[in-house]
Amino acid sequence: MDNANGNFDEMMGAGQRRRGPYNIYGDWIDAQDIKQLRRKSAEAKNFFRRTGITFNVYGDNEAAERLIPFDIIPRIISGREWNKIARGIEQRVRAINAFLYDIYHRQEILRAGRIPLELIADNDAFLPQMIGVSPPGNVYTHIVGVDIVRTGEDEFYVLEDNARTPSGVSYMLENRETMLQMFPELFSKIRVQNVSDYPDNLRRSLADCAPEQCSDRPTIAVLTPGINNSAYFEHSFLADQIGAELVEGHDLRVDNGRIAMRTTQGFEPIDVIYRRVDDNYLDPLNFRPDSMLGAPGMLDVYRAGGVTIANAPGTGLADDKAIYSYLPDIVEFYTGETSLLKNVPTWRCSESNSLAYVVEHIEELVVKEVHGSGGYGLLVGPTSSKSEISQFLKKLKARPGNYIAQPTLALSTVPILTREGLAPRHVDLRPFALVSPDRIRISPGGLTRVALKKGSLVVNSSQGGGTKDTWVLEE
Amino acid sequence: MTLGKTAGGLYWMFRYLERSGNTTRLLDAGFRMSLTRSASAQNEWRSVLETTSATQVFSEHYEEADLIKVIDFLLRDRRNPSSVLSVMKAARENARMSRTALTREVWEAINEAWIQLRALLARPIRERDVPEVLSAIRQQGSLVRGALHGTMLRNDVYNFSRIGTFIERADSTARILDVKYYLLLPSISLVGSAMDATQWEMILRSVSANRSYKWLNGADINPVGIADFLILDPRLPRSLAFCYAKINDNLKYLAKDYGSRCRSHELSDMYLTGLREHSISKIFDSGLHEFIADFIRNNNVLGQHIEEDYRFYK
Repeated sequence: MDNANGNFDEMMGAGQRRRGPYNIYGDWIDAQDIKQLRRKSAEAKNFFRRTGITFNVYGDNEAAERLIPFDIIPRIISGREWNKIARGIEQRVRAINAFLYDIYHRQEILRAGRIPLELIADNDAFLPQMIGVSPPGNVYTHIVGVDIVRTGEDEFYVLEDNARTPSGVSYMLENRETMLQMFPELFSKIRVQNVSDYPDNLRRSLADCAPEQCSDRPTIAVLTPGINNSAYFEHSFLADQIGAELVEGHDLRVDNGRIAMRTTQGFEPIDVIYRRVDDNYLDPLNFRPDSMLGAPGMLDVYRAGGVTIANAPGTGLADDKAIYSYLPDIVEFYTGETSLLKNVPTWRCSESNSLAYVVEHIEELVVKEVHGSGGYGLLVGPTSSKSEISQFLKKLKARPGNYIAQPTLALSTVPILTREGLAPRHVDLRPFALVSPDRIRISPGGLTRVALKKGSLVVNSSQGGGTKDTWVLEE
Repeated sequence: MTLGKTAGGLYWMFRYLERSGNTTRLLDAGFRMSLTRSASAQNEWRSVLETTSATQVFSEHYEEADLIKVIDFLLRDRRNPSSVLSVMKAARENARMSRTALTREVWEAINEAWIQLRALLARPIRERDVPEVLSAIRQQGSLVRGALHGTMLRNDVYNFSRIGTFIERADSTARILDVKYYLLLPSISLVGSAMDATQWEMILRSVSANRSYKWLNGADINPVGIADFLILDPRLPRSLAFCYAKINDNLKYLAKDYGSRCRSHELSDMYLTGLREHSISKIFDSGLHEFIADFIRNNNVLGQHIEEDYRFYK
């Protein structure tokens, strides 16, 4: 495979010499027959289909469940590279929790003038109901996914933090299972750090944050919007793996100051709810009155300490894209250290100088909605048509505060298997961090998402992206 | 601890799975009859529709019943909530909903069954493919049941799956008897034409019992013997007595596990005793048709009580 486009390729670097982490794998793949590999690839697809590892597409009844394309060429990261990333994530996650605690208590960071008040006051993700509430162990974000992109040998950037209900970890685990089944010989040749303890660690993190009154083995439930939700597979997978009940709103009610679920023998209290439902839908008495996805009164029970909700309500504040641009300041404010992981330079369109710059340079920039996710509502300047740009400019000028802009990064590439053999495609990485009162555990690697279309920078599964297994080598 | 929703999901998953197998058995028997005596085939297909409670929905869409229409309607018509395609979809949806209670093998078996059958039933079935398609549907069902028996813990989750299976099966056998009871009345057996013999064989076939009946009785097929076999014989896995012995056992395990009995237990005990104490001559004396109609009603009532006692929905 050659690397003519000048991007940083994680296998080939910037030139023609294979990078160290890919040494053994590279020799192996050179000796493989492409046809054989393509057969393996079809086998993998079949395995995913049989196991039902699917995601749902809304409003598309007949083909409602789809497979996320899986590429069988692993993405390989050295132990040394990973340690750096992991330290950076740990620092960031610690700061995010400290920030959330502060915002919902004394608000020192606002008093110190390090971030503007409007950023909090005008933010829908800020929940006044959470003011003065201290979650067990002061953990707000039990599960965090930090999206990281790479642009060079030593260049890593955080693209965004996912602090509400990050998804994708089931793919990290199933991708590895699939690779273990299909290429056992590679795992005896190459020492890859294990990820299979994630479910046990998740259970531990959740159990460690159970309400104080809960003495023995806490009862944990995963709250899902139901089988039509796009991530339902993941919800049931995680519930199964951590030995939790998988509940929906209609299984729950408030009973004696606790949240209880309807079992075959009556209502039984739940200690910890790992919710995969947004804040707004958790409790029709406190939030959206039309929501059927949560339980009336859940927030009151939570505030009184009758149940732990993970992630805590109101954590969405920390993964807002406008807050993101202040994250280096937030890290410094709470840890006293400079941020180990860099942010992508970000223009806040709410500031008039920045807006002027963004409007002028829009063809080079990526412009994102502050509250958007899933690759929706964004403009990739360099690949957009004139009319798309002018359409977007109208929206931008109408509500500049709703947007941020970033340079179009030259994301690193990793080879994927195509009909013609290996070919480079752009990737990002979502590592997963689990927060307990006493420590933060980060699974080595995470979910690598890959844009399957040549040259494309959009890796979201809803937009034609695929996934890869991510190997972090033992040092 | 099992969620009411999960118990209900598995109960229905196995009812639906059982229903798809029962429908194929009926079609199998009907298909054979239509090959051997096409003259009154129309009536045969009517009775197949009647047995699956599909007559009304069918007549909303078709005037005449013939092989291709009935096969299509009962196997792959989405407008028919009891078509194999509809019930397999529902079985898999219920499995998805209750996935945390199923072993990986059971989940993969039902998922695979759905994937295979959806493809198999994507296009109208040609007459010559009918036997193969019917056997493929039954085979997929067997794979799911095999995974259940081979891998699931014998706990409440298993009990609910089994109860669903046998409530559905009892209903199906009873409906076959309900539609065909007049063929089994003693007055007819006196006449005993060749036509009746084919009809009797069809009844046995529709519960996959023609071979076992012959093992037990040789070539002497008579209506009282068939009724006795299908209603009271505890050895036949599709007889009413067998189904109720299983329902009763599984309810007993639940009572032991949970440490409490409910209304369902009283009913099931009562119905089982009824079946055990009856003789076939007594059933004929007091009216075969009334007996079957009562049974279908009681079986429904028991199903409803199980749903309430174990909080499937509320």
